[in-house]
Amino acid sequence: MNKILKKRTLAPKVNEYVIEAPAVAKHAHPGQFIILRVDEEGERIPFTICDYDKEAGTVTILVQEVGYSTMKLASVPEGGYIADFVGPLGKPTDLTEYKNIVLVGGGIGSAVIYPQAKHLFSLGKPATIIVGARNKDLIMYEDEFRAAAKELYIATDDGSYGVKGFVTDVLKGLLDKGGIDCVMAVGPMPMMRAVSALTLNYGVKTVVSMNPIMVDGTGMCGGCRVTVGGKTRYACVDGPEFDGHEIDWQEAMQRLSAYRDQEKEHVCRLTGEKR
Amino acid sequence: MAIEKKNRNSIPEQAPEVRAHNFEEVALGFDAALAQDEASRCLNCKNAPCMKGCPVGVRIPEFLALVKEGKFEEAGNVIKSTNSLPSVCGRVCPQEEQCEKNCIRARIDGAVSIGGVERFVGDFMLSLPPRSHKIQKTGKRAAIVGSGPAGLTCAAQLAAAGVDVTVYEAFHKTGGVLVYGIPEFRLPKKLVGAEVDKLKELGVKFSLDTVVGKTVTIEELQQDNDAIFIGSGAGLPMFMGIPGENLNGVLSANEYLTRVNLMRAYDSNAATPVMHGKNVVVVGAGNVAMDAARTALRMGAETVSIVYRRGREEMPARKEEIRHAEQEGIKFVLLSNPVCFEGENGWVNRIKCIKMELGEPDASGRRSPVEIKGSEFYIDADMVIVALGTSPNPLIKDSFDKLQTAKKGILVVDENMMTSVDGIYAGGDAVTGAATVILAMGAGRKAAKAILERFGIKESNN
Repeated sequence: MNKILKKRTLAPKVNEYVIEAPAVAKHAHPGQFIILRVDEEGERIPFTICDYDKEAGTVTILVQEVGYSTMKLASVPEGGYIADFVGPLGKPTDLTEYKNIVLVGGGIGSAVIYPQAKHLFSLGKPATIIVGARNKDLIMYEDEFRAAAKELYIATDDGSYGVKGFVTDVLKGLLDKGGIDCVMAVGPMPMMRAVSALTLNYGVKTVVSMNPIMVDGTGMCGGCRVTVGGKTRYACVDGPEFDGHEIDWQEAMQRLSAYRDQEKEHVCRLTGEKR
Repeated sequence: MAIEKKNRNSIPEQAPEVRAHNFEEVALGFDAALAQDEASRCLNCKNAPCMKGCPVGVRIPEFLALVKEGKFEEAGNVIKSTNSLPSVCGRVCPQEEQCEKNCIRARIDGAVSIGGVERFVGDFMLSLPPRSHKIQKTGKRAAIVGSGPAGLTCAAQLAAAGVDVTVYEAFHKTGGVLVYGIPEFRLPKKLVGAEVDKLKELGVKFSLDTVVGKTVTIEELQQDNDAIFIGSGAGLPMFMGIPGENLNGVLSANEYLTRVNLMRAYDSNAATPVMHGKNVVVVGAGNVAMDAARTALRMGAETVSIVYRRGREEMPARKEEIRHAEQEGIKFVLLSNPVCFEGENGWVNRIKCIKMELGEPDASGRRSPVEIKGSEFYIDADMVIVALGTSPNPLIKDSFDKLQTAKKGILVVDENMMTSVDGIYAGGDAVTGAATVILAMGAGRKAAKAILERFGIKESNN
């Protein structure tokens, strides 16, 4: 059982949870993820770590209500408990060898680049950060990013905040100026794919964080298979972060949809919701 | 002296046409009268050849004699002194290859059904009220990595001798392969839970949701413990590496069985989704393949076929599992091997196979299969379960590189089950590669013995 110490709503249907998990926090590094179960009947769902505090023994995650289990999680109040919280899983990402890094976050994925932003800032080499969302309401962690970034760019699809357009539009401008030696992108797969396609033209190293379907998160089920450079890799133990230029994006997106129909049916059956 | 003929009692089973549609246990087990009658068939051979076949050295004639007299608890204590999980072993041990193979009666009127009687006694022990154990604490501490059969056995032996034991489990539930792998219809999960409760009575502590190498490091465990036992199993599924393997609908037996067993996806209200194939093909013919095939049938598949590259005689599964699968309507496509998986819109819809013939025996002594040129054929399949074995999980060795490993990442141990690092022992599938529950238990027991010797503690007989 793990306690939800703090809970706040950052955007419609997007909550930030600060979870009491000292052992996970103690061993966490940027790029890693956790798996949680809301209750004894729950499924195991993976979330990338958004922040951690080793002294307070807490791990922060951001969760968007998209299905049955994430809705159930949203129903647990601050001070309440969830059944399981396992981690930190996956390999940490070390970007310290690069000099001029751009971190790109899309939608809720933008929160996931925060630990990396904070880490690079603490090393005295803050990154340039681009955050994108559909509209102003979905921009998260703006103050935190501003504090940790060399420069912060915001893009919204509808122009309600920052630049009107996609993160790739902003990124293209930066790439054209030159000097960037690494891009890390986290967000929905189409966004990560678009970023990777763009940076390929400039020959700039690109790291993306995959969020495939998985059960155990320790290499046991093989559900998270991703083809990287023609080889099958497991996102849970070999990743979750891979070279965006080597990923078979079509396959990865197809695999992500494997349980979509069942998930929809399940939400309808258990909540009566029409989707 | 001539032996009076008395045929082996067969264990009552659910009828195939009924059980193919439910997750209730297939074998119903002996009742007290049948167990006593079967135990009375034991000839109490002086040299007890049956015991030589048992990896944990259960004193078989001794417990059978007690069962015959109706002294079930005493019989249970005899078994438990060397085997901490009798109700599990009575169900999943390959007795026909071990104790029963050596039984003198095997060649006369059928071996004594040692497994059947053991199962009865194990279940009887679980039905007893909780016991309070008066165990003198030794002040020694041990950490067990993994709560599968190897870890549970090692934990039980150490705790009974007064060692303070904590078992670390990555999943949210204890039991390892006993809960994520072996299906409910072969090993009801409540039994595994009950066996674990017996260990808790001995004072064993369990730390769930703890991935050793991630949540806690081996170095941290070394600081807090006098010895460590690694029984992390062989959890990494092997795939074929052929085209189309990453299509939706192609999954490992581990994934399928974990979803259905551990995550209880057989209950349609469970939160964890699972694929429902109409025409399911399982690749491989070991016990896990049989489990996956029979599970798919129970999940509502219209046809389930096993595709295996060798022949009937070479199938590695237990004879009993093959018989059960056949009775339930699983088809066997033998001497055939998948070449590639084909699909539409990202989903698998058929498998291209090629016929095989058996050539010369290979290093393992089995005749190796050779492709017959031009014999390709197709099998329709909307779900394919790959059950070709597993290899040890590299998580621990990746986080602690002092552990010496051999090919496929198996941990290297000496004759006392100690790894290349002083005080760290290992056993079970992590050391042997995928094998049986009872071999893992044997290894856990052997390691416990070595750890107790290291501590200078006498082994307990309780």
